[in-house]
Amino acid sequence: MLAHRTSFLNKAALVATLALLTAAGCHKKQAAPPPAAATAPATIAPPTASITADPMAIDLGQSVVLNWRTSNATSVSIDGIGEVPVNGTQTVSPSSSTNFHLVAKNDGGTTEANVRVTVRVPEVPAAPADNNGAAGSDAQFQANVQDIFFAYDSYDLSPQAATSITSAAAYLNAHPAIKILIGGYCDDRGSAEYNITLGENRANAAKTALVAAGVAGDRIRVVSYGKEKQFCTEQTESCWQQNRRDQFSIDR
Amino acid sequence: MQSWPTLPLVASLFLLLSASTLRAQDTFHLETSSGASSIRLAAANFKSAAPTADAYTHTFDAVLFSDLNSAGIFDVVSKSLLPQTTPGTPAEINLAQWSQAPTSAAMVAFGNLSVQGPNLVANGFLDDSKNTQYPQVFAKQYLGTASDDTARQLAHQFADDIIFRLSGGTPGIAESKIFYSKHTSPGVKEIWMMDYDGANQHAVTHLGEDSISPRVSPDNSLLAFSALGRDGFQIKMFSLLLGRLVRFNSVGGTNLSPAWSPSGQQLAFSSSRTGDPEIWVSDPQGAVAHRITNYKGPDVSPAWNPKTGAQIAWISGRTGLPQLYIMDSDGSGVTRMTDGGYATSPSWSPNGQFITFAWDRHYGPGAPGGQDIYVMEVATKRWIQLTHDIGRCDFPTWSPDGRHIAFANSPDGIDSHNRIMTMLADGTQKRALTESGADMPNWSWK
Repeated sequence: MLAHRTSFLNKAALVATLALLTAAGCHKKQAAPPPAAATAPATIAPPTASITADPMAIDLGQSVVLNWRTSNATSVSIDGIGEVPVNGTQTVSPSSSTNFHLVAKNDGGTTEANVRVTVRVPEVPAAPADNNGAAGSDAQFQANVQDIFFAYDSYDLSPQAATSITSAAAYLNAHPAIKILIGGYCDDRGSAEYNITLGENRANAAKTALVAAGVAGDRIRVVSYGKEKQFCTEQTESCWQQNRRDQFSIDR
Repeated sequence: MQSWPTLPLVASLFLLLSASTLRAQDTFHLETSSGASSIRLAAANFKSAAPTADAYTHTFDAVLFSDLNSAGIFDVVSKSLLPQTTPGTPAEINLAQWSQAPTSAAMVAFGNLSVQGPNLVANGFLDDSKNTQYPQVFAKQYLGTASDDTARQLAHQFADDIIFRLSGGTPGIAESKIFYSKHTSPGVKEIWMMDYDGANQHAVTHLGEDSISPRVSPDNSLLAFSALGRDGFQIKMFSLLLGRLVRFNSVGGTNLSPAWSPSGQQLAFSSSRTGDPEIWVSDPQGAVAHRITNYKGPDVSPAWNPKTGAQIAWISGRTGLPQLYIMDSDGSGVTRMTDGGYATSPSWSPNGQFITFAWDRHYGPGAPGGQDIYVMEVATKRWIQLTHDIGRCDFPTWSPDGRHIAFANSPDGIDSHNRIMTMLADGTQKRALTESGADMPNWSWK
């Protein structure tokens, strides 16, 4: 019983982690993060370093110029390129979005700098069978439009859920042929009738957010299942949490 | 007959509520159906007037005894204390035998069964054992096509007549029905019905869908419920006379939890056709729909005041956890009834005085509370708790005589283990009517 419970806890943690990873990965932010501050001994000042890319976003096959400047560094390297001069430029042509990570060292410490080059890969179907770019594939849909979870007796979108909705809206706006079904679900505590209205409000909260993000309302079908279709039936918080969700699927 | 105390059970309930100034359950003692107000009633075994009727006497006697015993207004004499005679007619009974100890009956029900042609005939008599000069209270003949089920129905009719005479004119409920949602296979629930005592369980719908929340119309002609389809839950209307679905118009959104007005001319229900679940009222075809609540948050599970038709109780999550509210049937005069916790599934008593509902008073993660059945007096908001420590309870529904409440109970809290139970309206005499897999009972209006 304990093992069972633990596996569910792990599953919940995994789901949460995935959601976080996806949330981060789907943010196509193109600004380089600021260089990390280094902690250095007082005797020798650590190096300074910066790296830029121009342009920061390219189409596949185009090239980009990296430009880096350091001071006080004894050795400088860039991941994927190797040892480089302390200052310099280099033209690269990455095949996919790449994080160029520069490390500058001296006896006083290490300083890092990053720049992310985004490569716009044309909408090539991932699987040969999928030749309908506008409609996407099930795998892509599941990766980009993920379930969102709610607190008990709540239909308010959490910050994580709002992030999921943002990336879902981006995907749906890029695939205008997809119609979606939002299913609202509740855990099995409380009353069946009340939970159907609660699930309705959960599904409508997601629909409202998607419409606000530019997805046409007539592409979205909303169904509340209340507690009639349980994902799991254990009387544990992790199971209840998995049941308190909006589930998105392609509406065919 | 007017001298008999009227509605002793409801009266006692009222006394309990009035007597309690505190909201603590410890002050309640719910032994209301015993004591001086109960009539001591003996039910003799019916005499078989012909060998062909022998097969039916057992069913008839058992059903009659059960009906009288569960009526809540009688102290029914145990069969083992009855005289060793089986009087079939008034000429054969020696009332002195029945009025003295240990029988000590104030009233005696007796009679005979016979098969005449295709029919089973029951002659029933009720005598006042203390009235030696004119003992007969009433005599009545009942008949129907001979079968075991007819024997059951004739016993119900005789019991109802006895209860009607001795309870101050409130009709008995032995011929009433309970509709409910039956889990028939994974993902499928059909609407079923049964006699009030749990007999004759059988399917009403065969839709192969997830059908819930049955509500029978006051004249027993229509059954409203909701079923899960492509567009979510929608209200369906089933004609019990035609045996098929009839039209009910829904205009978008989820539509569920129908409730009949006592006139049978209006249906209240929850609809999210405007995006937020609100209470709407329409005619029985779904036309002339108008919204009577307008507040963000779930509004669901309406229940009319069956006495007046002028008020509706319902459940609203407008302030967070669901609470019990009442309003006038035009949506005005909104009053919150519960002060917290998680309240669901109201049902209004036939006399309009009480609302029974399910309540988890300490709802929340880690809270030890259970979901139990409560009765609240509408005028004072004072309440009593009727179930304790028997697992999760929900969907209480009043019997037409106001003396009983049926409800769904899951001993371990798992939904699919729900079964339907009844109890007297003071919480005593609990018993299960079904096996597990039965949920959401709705007691017919008559």
